[in-house]
Amino acid sequence: MLEARNLSVRYGNLSVLDDVSFKIGKKEWVMIAGPNGAGKSTIVNAVSGGAPYTGVLLFEGKDLRRLKPAEIARHIGILAQSSHVGYSFTVEEIIKLGRYAYSKGAFSPISRKDEEYIERALELTGLSEIRRQSVLTLSGGERQRTFLAQVLAQDPELLILDEPTNHLDLLYQKSTFEMIKTWIEETGRSVVSVVHDLSLAKAYGTHALLMNKGRLVASGAVKEVLTRERLGVVYGMDVYDWLSSMLSQWQED
Amino acid sequence: MKKREGFSPTVYILSSLVTLAVLLLCVSAGSVRVPLRDTVSIIWNSVLGLPIPEGMSKSIVFFVRLPRVICAGLIGASLSLCGAAMQGLLRNPLADGSTLGISSGASIGAVLALAFGFSIPGLSGGGVMLTAIIFAFASLMVILTLAYSLDFSLSTNTIILIGIVFSMFAGSIVSLVITFSDEHVKTVVFWLMGSLSGSSFLNALILLVTLAVCGTVILRFSRELNAFAIGEDNARNIGVNVRLVKQIVLVAVSALIGVTVSIGGTINFVGLVIPHMTRMVTGPNHKKLLPASMFSGAVFLMLADLFSRVILSPKELPIGVVTSFVGSITFVYIFYSSRRGRG
Repeated sequence: MLEARNLSVRYGNLSVLDDVSFKIGKKEWVMIAGPNGAGKSTIVNAVSGGAPYTGVLLFEGKDLRRLKPAEIARHIGILAQSSHVGYSFTVEEIIKLGRYAYSKGAFSPISRKDEEYIERALELTGLSEIRRQSVLTLSGGERQRTFLAQVLAQDPELLILDEPTNHLDLLYQKSTFEMIKTWIEETGRSVVSVVHDLSLAKAYGTHALLMNKGRLVASGAVKEVLTRERLGVVYGMDVYDWLSSMLSQWQED
Repeated sequence: MKKREGFSPTVYILSSLVTLAVLLLCVSAGSVRVPLRDTVSIIWNSVLGLPIPEGMSKSIVFFVRLPRVICAGLIGASLSLCGAAMQGLLRNPLADGSTLGISSGASIGAVLALAFGFSIPGLSGGGVMLTAIIFAFASLMVILTLAYSLDFSLSTNTIILIGIVFSMFAGSIVSLVITFSDEHVKTVVFWLMGSLSGSSFLNALILLVTLAVCGTVILRFSRELNAFAIGEDNARNIGVNVRLVKQIVLVAVSALIGVTVSIGGTINFVGLVIPHMTRMVTGPNHKKLLPASMFSGAVFLMLADLFSRVILSPKELPIGVVTSFVGSITFVYIFYSSRRGRG
């Protein structure tokens, strides 16, 4: 679906993404992992058009640079890292904008199909009850789910999530990941997500890209990429030891 | 069932009626009071070309007050619409035509024309209008060129910062022009404070056409403005052509501001306060906010103009003084209460 060839991003003299190439196939859930500053979010920004890049990004063989923003939005949905909202829009108004790329004219009303997608997104994210509430009154987690619902209403073939459970507590982390898993199974779509939690990456991902210092260290099936040995090199510590020592805190005497 | 996000026709009809009522009130009131019934019959008969009943002052109602009140309404609607659009586009409740630097740019042109007596033969005030529009566009070009060269994505902070710097620069040029304008000082200063006296039907027609064209363009982008108001990155992610929309809206806003400044002078705070207050009633959705701001801006400026005419009658206050006075106090109140409300 999405293919990156020799993708590089530079800010002045600073190279933040250096010659990265990868392919993302159908029904895959690709986890982008790596330490801070590895260039994970930069990949997302390049795809969204928010960062100027060199190299080529192809969606189904078509160069993203040649597609109109609305065309891209019908294929690729992006949930950005954090979204601060300045005005008191309601949850529903924000989700409705997810259908923007499908609108025919500037004054055309919301179609029945649009409404179905909006209702489905509200249902999946569990926001139906607070649909008329202002986003300014929501908790960080609810706000994050509002934007997740917006991108689901967008009905993309490829969903890109930049740290989707950033503001969410454990329960919502679990329910969000389960929800995305259901969404992939139901729709046969693909997901790319930037994650910090390596356990989540291993539990839910089918494939992974391991990044370090702007370069791609490894890519492929999640079990082959996120190995104890590789993570040890990238993070400079034994990740398995650390995580198991954390878990051992739960062992009752 | 298809649902619309904007107002129902009933709301539009009601708003139009209220606006019309305020217009009639403002025409009939003034240093010479003309009863409301006479006002209506004078306007009605003049429009239809019928003779005016004896003893009625046609000239003051039809040729002096009516065009002036219409101009006030149209300028109020334009400034308020521009402010609402800018506040959404730049996701900044403090944005307004003056934040962008357009009104200060336009005022350089107008002040130059006034100070050096530049005029177009056969068209009174034509010189001021022409130079104001030219300078409004020129300022927009300068501001956008500077913004692009600094920051290709035209981020909102860059625009606001450049707008403020540009306004200061324009202010210094205006002061410089005043220093050299000897006998015209009084005209220039009075114009700078904003004045609607001497408005003609031609002015009203020019304002109406500009508002119709630029207003349609801006209203067409209601949904995109919603996306911008939520966040520029979000707008890009849902498929809005961020750069194109920003350019079109900014050009429409600057054309509209250029024309209003040339006719009414710099009238501050309308574009800032009216959309702000309107948003408290309609919510931030631009499908409602933009048309509602136009109506409330029109009503506000017609009343402000009436106030400026009658408070020290027969002397007249510059309308800019009234709007700045009322506007700044209202703004501080809104700002203070919203901050306190947030805790």
